[in-house]
Parts: sequence; structure tokens; C-alpha cells
Amino acid sequence: MSLLETENLTVKYGAIAAARDVSIEVRTGEVVGLIGPNGAGKTTTLGAISGLLKPAQGTVRFNGQVTTGWAPDKLLRHGLALVPEHRRLFTDLTVLENLKIGGVTAKASEREERIQNAFELFGVLKTKARTPAGYLSGGEAQQLAIARALMSDARLVLMDEPSLGLAPALVDVVFDLIESLAAAGRTLLVVEQNATRMLRAADRAYVMRSGEIAASGTGAELLNRPDLFEEFVGRS
Amino acid sequence: MSELIQQLFDGLGRGSEYALIALGIAVIFGVMHLVNFAHGELITVSAYVTYFMFNNDLNWWLIIPAVVLTASATSVAIEFVAFRWVRGATDFTQMLTSFGVHFAVQAIFIMYVSASFKSYDRPGWIANTVTVGGIRLEVIDLVTIGVTVAALLGTAALLRRTMFGISLRAAAADFDAARLMGVRSDRVIRGAFLLAGVLAGIAAVFVLMRTGRASPTAGLTPLLKGVLAALIGGLGSLSGAVIGGLALGIVEVLLIARLPAAWVGLTNGFVFMLIALLFVFRPGGLITVGKAERV
Repeated sequence: MSLLETENLTVKYGAIAAARDVSIEVRTGEVVGLIGPNGAGKTTTLGAISGLLKPAQGTVRFNGQVTTGWAPDKLLRHGLALVPEHRRLFTDLTVLENLKIGGVTAKASEREERIQNAFELFGVLKTKARTPAGYLSGGEAQQLAIARALMSDARLVLMDEPSLGLAPALVDVVFDLIESLAAAGRTLLVVEQNATRMLRAADRAYVMRSGEIAASGTGAELLNRPDLFEEFVGRS
Repeated sequence: MSELIQQLFDGLGRGSEYALIALGIAVIFGVMHLVNFAHGELITVSAYVTYFMFNNDLNWWLIIPAVVLTASATSVAIEFVAFRWVRGATDFTQMLTSFGVHFAVQAIFIMYVSASFKSYDRPGWIANTVTVGGIRLEVIDLVTIGVTVAALLGTAALLRRTMFGISLRAAAADFDAARLMGVRSDRVIRGAFLLAGVLAGIAAVFVLMRTGRASPTAGLTPLLKGVLAALIGGLGSLSGAVIGGLALGIVEVLLIARLPAAWVGLTNGFVFMLIALLFVFRPGGLITVGKAERV
């Protein structure tokens, strides 16, 4: 069943269309990758889906409702959460406070339960619960960003470049996490430049180039097309 | 030595008022990036409520809660009437709006009440002093400091232990990210104005007790002191606003007490020189927001 669909989504910055006629679909329980080089329009597309940017045309349909132009907080209440680019943690707030903010829409008792679940899934966060988020390492901070998004108990989690700026060992940690979330049945739409790793983790993926969808298929299918990597991603 | 302690105590009393006002300015700046020049109007409106209640033979015990309620309600009303319409506009537009509210409130009182001062009786105990270890302390300073400490502890608990407070701090750090997490921007902004109004109301009680008069410009001096205190502390920093307020109060009292009599009139000039000097060495104020905590 389709959880998220975009239809001919176009987003403009002034006269320039950063994303053009983007039509993608994410089904319940899938991990879908959106890959492509810098400036391909991946983050712009994610921005329009998550309510950060208003599309010039096209529609976004989430969970059976047209949600085009909805504000991010409204979308979150309907089950769509975003792990933003560069994480955007509240660095002066503690790890625990960041998690609480992630669960701000939940009742107090549910929030506490989810915090305990997050601490089970992300052990390192439990040991640093009282530490300001600004003092975490890159890997810990990324885990917190993902844990914070999961606090909303969203039906769909969007991740924008979760491995960006991380050391190779920490990139492994992030992709292991994506795979374990997928195994737990979470539905994820992940924007990534690290194409090979993303395609290994994804059920399906879309490749973007110059603001448009250039190719799509299962992770395995796209991995067998090195021409796509060289031409579109330039990195394998 | 006892003279210095007495002066420091006087400074803390005066600085407590500044700290409460600066704290409100810092809270609103944190959430909206707005230096709210309409903040002083909370004291102006409260001054007239005090004056009218006195004229109706009501005493200070009734006036105190009325002033806090008035300032809180006025703060929320100003947000509702003026600022909510320019949300999302540039910082400059929002600042101009705050100037507009400031002048509009003044004009309303000039047109419909009077341009001149309206006096009312100050509480009888305001001039009382107590002597502790040979040091003479004014009761009003003792009460101001005590109430300010309680208000600050209450504010700190609110900001750290409630979801509203955590949401407010998150929104102050990154408003868009807070919205992405589901924080309702309307509630946070309204809550910030309410909190700023309560703090201004508590400050107004002491300001109005000391001055004993209402005028269309009653809030101007407290506003300027509050803005200065917030700047000294580092705009947007909660603890900075408190430290800035106390520091400003102490420096003012020390300058008044220690400058030669002929120079006392230049106290504000010296204060501004010291602030300029501070900004040479610490352009962001005492506590740099972003590296330290923000609201």
C-alpha cells in the first residue's frame, strides 16, 4: 500500500526549478533511497514533502490525504517525521531534552515509554542522557537525530543525508541503524549521496539528476547499473 | 567596607528590577529574534492601573496581583494585536512594529488620560530600613531581591522541567527545527509573551512602588535599562540577561555613590562608556549565545 506519493512535484527558487516533475512512491514497510549528486534536487524534494518548502506545482499525498503545502508540525502530527540535513539538534539542550522535544506531540506517559525504547535501541544515548547535545561526537549526534525523529512514532521517517560529514566507521554505524530500522518494519525515505551503501540498504531507489528523476528500480537493479553511478553519482 | 556592602546591596535591588525586565526581553528575542521596544509599555499600562486603583481606594495588596495580571494580559494582547501579523517578516519589520506599539500606547494615554504625571501614594514601608551587622539596608531592596530570586528560580524550573519550557528553549535555538519536531509555534510565541509579561509585571510592582507616579513614558527608562542589561548579558541568553541586569544596577549605584558630586549627572554617560568598553572586548556581551545556553 502506498504511504507517500508525489505527483509531478516542482519546486522553484525564484525562476529556477530545483526539482521538476518529481513523481515518487514509498510503500508501507519499505526503505526507499533518493540518490544523486550534489545539486540534483534531492533535499529540495524532501523539503517539499516535509512542508519546509512550498511546491510551485504538483501534489504530495501522504497516508491517503493530499498534504501539499502542509506545515511541518501538522505533517508530524499526521505521522511524517524528518531527520534534517546537518541533524539540527538543539545543541544547548541535553540528549534527554532533545528526545522529549521529539515526542512533544505525545502524551507524557507515551513520551516516557518511547524514551525508554530509544535508550534500548541507542545505548550510547542513555549513558549521555544529561549531556548537552552539542558535546556529542558526530556518530552519537546522528543517532540522537534519528532517535529524536523516531520519538514521534511516525509512520514515515524522512532522512536527509544521514551519513554526511561522518567518518567512514561512523557511516557504517548509520547504515547499520537504517538496516535495523528496516528490519523492525519502519518505513523510511532516505536522501543520500553515498549511493552504493544506500542501494544496499534500500528496497527501492530513485536516482535524481538536474532536478529530475533519471532512473528508478530496486536497490539490486540499480547496483547492477554502474553507468548510473558514473554518470549520475560519480561515486561508488 | 560597610558602606560598600550597603551600596552593593542597593545595586542588587535596583539591578533585580532590570534583570526581570531584561529576562522578558531575552525570552522574546530568543523565540522571535525581536528586540521588543514595546516591552516598556507593560509598565506604562500597569502604572495607570495602579493610579486608577488608588483613586478607587484600593490598597497595594490588591494592586500587586492586578499589576502582574495587567502586564501579563497586555503582553499577550500586544502579541495578538501587533506581532502575530508580522510573524515571518524581516527582523527590521518586527522591530518597527515594536516601535509602533510603543508610540501608539504612549499616544493613547496622552490623548485619553493626560500628558502629565499622575501621582499615587507609595506604600508606607518603602522608606523603612533594617540594620544588619551595622549595615543599613532598605526594606524595598530586600523585598525586591527576595522576590526576584524566587521569580528567577520559578522561571528556571519552568524552562527546564516543563514541556513548555523545553519547547521554548528549543524554539529559541532553532525555530524551524522545533516546528519540524511538532512544537506549535503559536503556543510557544504566545507563551513567551506571557512569561515576559509576568516577569515585567513583577518588575513593574517594584518600579511603581519606588516612583509613585504614572505617566505616558513611565515604561521608557525601565525599557532602556532592560534592553541595556540584555545586551550586556548577550542578547538571547537567559542567565546573561540576569547577570547583565544585576551588573548594570550595581555599576549605576557605585557610580552615583563614588563620582564627585558635580559629575553625578553624567552617570549614564559613564555607564554607556563602560558598556562600549565591554563590547570592544566581548562584542556578543558577557555570555555569547550559541556557545552558551540560549533562553
